[in-house]
Amino acid sequence: MDAVTHPEEFRHHVRRYLFVFYALLFGTLITVGASYIPFGNHEINIAVALFIASGKAFLVAGYFMHLISERKMIYGLLAFTVFFFAGLMALTVYAFGDFPRSTIMH
Amino acid sequence: MDIPYTVAPRPDTGLYNAKVGIWLFLASEVMLFGALFSSYILLRVGAPEGYWPHGWLNVPVGTANTLVLITSSITTVMAWASCKMNQFGRFKFFHACTILLALTFVCIKSYEYHDKFTHYEIVLKDGRIADGHIVENNPKADHVVIAGHYVTDKKELYDLSGLSAFHKHAELSIPREQIADMERYGPWHNTYLAIYFTLTGLHALHVIGGAIVISFLWFTGRKMWESDPERFTNRVEVSGLFWHFVDLVWIFLFPVLYLI
Repeated sequence: MDAVTHPEEFRHHVRRYLFVFYALLFGTLITVGASYIPFGNHEINIAVALFIASGKAFLVAGYFMHLISERKMIYGLLAFTVFFFAGLMALTVYAFGDFPRSTIMH
Repeated sequence: MDIPYTVAPRPDTGLYNAKVGIWLFLASEVMLFGALFSSYILLRVGAPEGYWPHGWLNVPVGTANTLVLITSSITTVMAWASCKMNQFGRFKFFHACTILLALTFVCIKSYEYHDKFTHYEIVLKDGRIADGHIVENNPKADHVVIAGHYVTDKKELYDLSGLSAFHKHAELSIPREQIADMERYGPWHNTYLAIYFTLTGLHALHVIGGAIVISFLWFTGRKMWESDPERFTNRVEVSGLFWHFVDLVWIFLFPVLYLI
């Protein structure tokens, strides 16, 4: 993040941090509440929980870690991380169907 | 010789070196936790129908720990903002809060671990299973006492999501000669607990590591603040980035392990 030298300008940032903090608290309560709602299919509960968690992660990474206004160098580095992480998850999904012959499925 | 680019940005990256360093480290951490999340997914998908635990962890306690960690994130960013606004006293206050919140998180996690290590599954010779928390387990006594319940099918133990976290069990006195097998809910008990202890244990080590670094800055920071405040502020920012990453990991761990 660019250095902010003017305290008045920084107070604006502090207000934003507090707003993010309240949003994270609210997001946590929503996550817990949503887990008790029977959506009819457990996969939907999983998707809702992960969707809210992703939103909270965006707030932490974007505002507390300043990724919303970071240098290109950091974005480039994280692009590699996202690529390899996505590859790891793709391999994980690929492994779902990769059972040896004669595996007994319950 | 001075370490280069501790304050001034390096011309080719546009950043001070420690910031590039911490982001490289965090990138490797994403892959470390990513591999463990991948293991979790494979274990969960590979578990036989009805044999993946639900409701084994205390949701109110996990929620409290989530709120503690989120609060520590705001105090961390406020500590850095205080340095930027030239308010060292406020920095000390906010980071003292961060350290106390980190200790609170570790204490709550220890309580949860203790709860699991005092929880036993006792298989009786007649085929029944007694499950609950140990009340009395004196090796010289001829009875083991647990606060729990009996089941006839092990599958009944896997979905406890209908039970309240504050549910009280009856005390069961079990003669030792009737016990065929007795096992704690440790990481060896099943794959769910193995990945639970691995993920949360590694995360707790990160919390402790981050708390040590923040404590170091809190106790020894004044000297550097007086001689080189910008460099000190950058140190606070770098330690804060690590702390926010620890919070970020927990944001996913909480629903994955406690709620779904």
